[in-house]
Amino acid sequence: MMSERRCSPEDDCSSLLSRLGSDSPRPRMKYGGMFCSVEGAFENKTLNFESFSPQTQRRRAARTRSDKKNYSKREGDRLIVKGGKIVNDDQSFYADVYIEDGTIKQMGENLIIPSGVRTVDAYGQLVIPGGIDANTNLQAPQKGLNPTDDFYQGTRAAVSGGTTTIMDHVLVEPGMSLLSAFDQWRDTAEQRACCDFSLHLDITRWHDGLYEELETLVKDKGVNSFLFFMAYKDKYQSSDSQLYEAFWVLRDLGAIAQVHAENGDIIDEEQKKLLCLGITGPEGHVLSHPEEVETEAVYRAVTIAKQANCPLYVTKVMSKSAADVIAKARKKGMVVYGEPITAGLATDGSHYWSKDWATAAAFVMSPPLNPDPSTPQYLTALLACGDLQVTSSAQASFSTAQKAVGKDDFTLIPEGTNGIEERMSVVWDRAVCTGKMDENEFVAVTSTNAAKLFNMYPRKGRIAVGSDADIVVWNPKETRTVSAKTHNLTVEVNILEGLEFRGVASVVISGGRVVLEDGKLNVTEGSGRFIPRKAFPDAVYKRIRARSKMAEARGVPRGNYDGPVHDVISMTKSVPPTPTSRGPPCPKTLTGSRNLHQSGFTLAGSQVDDHIPRRSTQRIVAPPGGRSNITSLS
Amino acid sequence: MSDCRRQWNREDELPVYLAGPISTGPNQRKSFGMFSSVEGAFESKTIDFDNYAVGRKGSRTPRSGSRERLLDTGEPVGKTPSEGREGSPSGDETGSERLLIKGGRVVNDDQSLYADVYIEDGLIKYLQSMIIPLSFPHPYANGRMVIPGGIDVDTCFMKPFLGTQPVDDFLQGTKAALAGGTTMIIDHVSPQPGDSLLEAFERWQEAADKKACCDYSLHVDIPQWNESVKDELELLVQEKGINSFQVYMAYKDLYQMSDSELYEAFSFLKQLGAVVLVHAENGDLIAQEQRKILGMGITGPEGHPLSRPEELEAEAVFRAITLGNRVNCPIYITKVMSKSAADTITQARRKGCLVFGEAITASLATDGSHYWSKNWAKAAAYVTSPPLSPDPTTPDHLHTLLACGDLQVVGSAHCTYSTSQKAIGKDDFTLIPEGTNGVEERMGFVWDKAVAMGKMDENQFVAVTSTNAAKIFNLYPRKGRIAVGSDADIVIWDPDSVKTISAKLQQSAGEYNIFEGLECRGGPALVLSQGQVVYEEGKLQVQQGTGRFIPRKHFPDLAYQRVKFRNQVKGKQGVIRGMYDGPVYDVVPTPKYITPSPSAKTSPTSHQPPPIRNLHQSNFSLSGAQIDDNMPRRSGHRIVAPPGGRSNITSLG
Repeated sequence: MMSERRCSPEDDCSSLLSRLGSDSPRPRMKYGGMFCSVEGAFENKTLNFESFSPQTQRRRAARTRSDKKNYSKREGDRLIVKGGKIVNDDQSFYADVYIEDGTIKQMGENLIIPSGVRTVDAYGQLVIPGGIDANTNLQAPQKGLNPTDDFYQGTRAAVSGGTTTIMDHVLVEPGMSLLSAFDQWRDTAEQRACCDFSLHLDITRWHDGLYEELETLVKDKGVNSFLFFMAYKDKYQSSDSQLYEAFWVLRDLGAIAQVHAENGDIIDEEQKKLLCLGITGPEGHVLSHPEEVETEAVYRAVTIAKQANCPLYVTKVMSKSAADVIAKARKKGMVVYGEPITAGLATDGSHYWSKDWATAAAFVMSPPLNPDPSTPQYLTALLACGDLQVTSSAQASFSTAQKAVGKDDFTLIPEGTNGIEERMSVVWDRAVCTGKMDENEFVAVTSTNAAKLFNMYPRKGRIAVGSDADIVVWNPKETRTVSAKTHNLTVEVNILEGLEFRGVASVVISGGRVVLEDGKLNVTEGSGRFIPRKAFPDAVYKRIRARSKMAEARGVPRGNYDGPVHDVISMTKSVPPTPTSRGPPCPKTLTGSRNLHQSGFTLAGSQVDDHIPRRSTQRIVAPPGGRSNITSLS
Repeated sequence: MSDCRRQWNREDELPVYLAGPISTGPNQRKSFGMFSSVEGAFESKTIDFDNYAVGRKGSRTPRSGSRERLLDTGEPVGKTPSEGREGSPSGDETGSERLLIKGGRVVNDDQSLYADVYIEDGLIKYLQSMIIPLSFPHPYANGRMVIPGGIDVDTCFMKPFLGTQPVDDFLQGTKAALAGGTTMIIDHVSPQPGDSLLEAFERWQEAADKKACCDYSLHVDIPQWNESVKDELELLVQEKGINSFQVYMAYKDLYQMSDSELYEAFSFLKQLGAVVLVHAENGDLIAQEQRKILGMGITGPEGHPLSRPEELEAEAVFRAITLGNRVNCPIYITKVMSKSAADTITQARRKGCLVFGEAITASLATDGSHYWSKNWAKAAAYVTSPPLSPDPTTPDHLHTLLACGDLQVVGSAHCTYSTSQKAIGKDDFTLIPEGTNGVEERMGFVWDKAVAMGKMDENQFVAVTSTNAAKIFNLYPRKGRIAVGSDADIVIWDPDSVKTISAKLQQSAGEYNIFEGLECRGGPALVLSQGQVVYEEGKLQVQQGTGRFIPRKHFPDLAYQRVKFRNQVKGKQGVIRGMYDGPVYDVVPTPKYITPSPSAKTSPTSHQPPPIRNLHQSNFSLSGAQIDDNMPRRSGHRIVAPPGGRSNITSLG
């Protein structure tokens, strides 16, 4: 068990995939920046499968041997998915898919396959890449409470909804080591998860000393995304300076910065105010987290990321105005991505005013659901046009008894809603069935975009030869009604209770094994693998790199200023506005002894030493009010 | 000085017809809703002059005048009777001069009309429309305009920087202001962190009383937010006649306030009825950028705009507006320098936020390309923050927004330092004292770039240079309007005069003018301050110390009327629920996880005494509103369920 896990990162991926995911320009780029929200850009982007297959075939012989060893626990299934319509993010076509050893081996019609292969019938249905849920909290404790649905329950529910990869947030409490938290999460997940998983790290206290750990995580551990909180004052919140420094570091490491965007300072004040007013119920939560507070933080995060030239991923976009800020920033060319979540796409915040405390409390999450009932449609529309890119669930379920910790004080209610299971159906029902997006965009927002952003593409997020066999047979005609009684989570409330959604996963194949069929789940605890992700995802960093080259500021070469200088009387009270003394300070005590070795003579035009700032050592202190003759030398 | 002048310092001594409109009660002014950016709202707004005139007749009798003077604006200035200038007015004669401005076109922010203006005792006593109808084809070139004197709301004549004072003090500065058609300034009192606001205010007032040659008022900057500031603020508002305070979002570790502090400050200032001025730039990021740029070896003035990019300004504006909107407090953004910041204000206003924006002379007339000048002294002269935007289309954009009412006020942010003072930062741009000139050129450039270009009309010109500021800061209608009873701060504006700006010709003492060489159409032909001719044909006749301090009452109508209604509407109400009687998860207080309640003010359940069933409290409740609904009910009992136990939740609502 352990040995095979050791091997699973990267080196056992086919070399085809590892090359594609790497940052060197390779076949994938030939087809022109697949992740691109420019209108019309989706039209002529097709993967040329032939170009992949020769290489694959050449290597297959060598690889299968080792794969057999590595994937012992999943070697059983050889599968063919027949008759379905393959839907990728760029095109749809009819083909059969042959799966062996947990990867897709062949695609096409009339495949030559060994006998005794199990057939999955997909006639009349869609064959789509398994969903990727880019934001779950299956282990992060809140206020000392663990979520009721852990990695096993959570991934089980995920699989039943058609999601075959989750990306969980490792919450590193202030003062904890990043690496140990990561190891702890990974160990638990490897024992419990029943689908593949990857991990984000939530950094709750930024300081320079984290750099080494970050470097290890990015380079050796396969983590390329880190979340920062702009809310939770005095607990997790990072200041603007910290964010800037952190973004700067992440940019250098090739990672993606994620933010929980809410202005914690304002929230804190509003919470105090509301509690003073005697509002203690869950409606206080939404009143103290108004939309503007989210919008403001998103705006600030975008500005900081722009300054640091770092790609930004805004988790949980819950309101129209926050989504608008992201859309506008993208229009200005910033590298920013937005993620709406299941709850935000399916329901609204009117339930916070429910007379039933338990119902109201079940909806508590941050940023809260927006009370504006038109928000879901709006977010879906932005998702369809590419202004928002990824859908996730922000799954974090707490039982009513846990939520009731805050029955007399809404600030104590643990935050989080369910949604891991319903995510794909919600997007299908709200976006595809309403005609807002097509099936290809559906695949993009539920799977492919996330895979590209977080550098798992094309291993995940695509049905192609060489990709992981995470496949969902999607039945667009079936409907299901969500209920806490029938869902696969243990939590006793479902915020989408009673809602009917069209589009259901009828068969789910995870890692080459059929885990859902005929409504029956057949998962194995601990079968999920950790998916390492490399730094510098192409979809994100190609632009960042080009910009770093362009954005270098240059000084103006000037002659020395030799006019009079006002004498500064150093006063204890007035501090120079430089925040640190790192900048070359103006010499204050040195009296002007003329440096005879330095002459004012310069050659006009740029010189080899132009980049070295010259210090003028001579200084003429003029009498107060004295007029100067300023000479400029160029 | 003379008694009649000093009387103004007390509000209760204001003549009734002035005290009325300034006070907060519903009155005449509101029924007209004069300040409104709604389209078409300007059309039917006229002041009923007779209405004011009635009050005048009853309350004040004209004093015996010593001199009478007729100013005929229909004629070229050269023909103005020269007797007016003989014997320049001395202090004790203030208010005793009588003047008649004849044949001018009186331009207010809402309408223009041909009228004679009669001035006595420093006040406008009489305003008689002429029989000539407005449509009369009066030759525009000859018909000069009579406009209310400009109000420059943003000057720093005494702002210390590293112990040095700006070269333009209250005397030089107000002289320059008058030469440009500005008859009132509002200066910033800038105490250092730790200083007493009150003492600083008194220092400023004393200096200004001695030196200023035009009326002035003061904003007070709040360098630090703490409890002791609150008392001083209250005193300043209640007794000293200050209703505007500036807070900083930039200057990290010096003046900068955190969001929490801003929230508290806004809440407090709102209760006092003051207008909050915000210097909007993200100080945290600026500090980081400065460090980075100095690290790259860029030490010249170009580092200033590089370290303060436009986005940081826009971001801070956005944040300030969000905070203001949360607190429901009117916000005034000083020095809007970039397109994106201006657009942010525009959008916020469209959403109904109470925010005002101020463009300054420098941003309206020039751009930031000069920071890259090879001449260090020139580049350094432009250093101000937020910096001038390097985008050359910025001035145009700002003028457009001014014309359509999205920005409301034009200030100057006049704060001049000599080149030798600027040279303190010759090796480190962060040490360059910040500030540009502009008090003298302010009105001229708005005319030149907006009115002469056809972007705004003369009425809007008066609004942005004078009336809007008077309304926002509660000086209206004493200032900012030509009406009976208003102060006789009047400018006769010559739209045809052309002058070329140069440091040689300016009144300001700075040796560098950032507008050097620019040509400017439009300028004052004659300026009256407190009824005295102080500027005529390019000659200044001022007397040091004639400027009066103008106290301003709190709760200016323009900003606070809406706030009052919003307060009523925005009251928050909880949901009336039955008590939750289901199981409650027992929180095991682990040392690692701290309860997130930021303060100990709230009562977390985990800290409550062990549950004792309160037999006096029953679950019985009558549905519907009860008198004690506003009191939060504590459920006295708590059922701790076994882990994983399912609950039957009952709800009573």
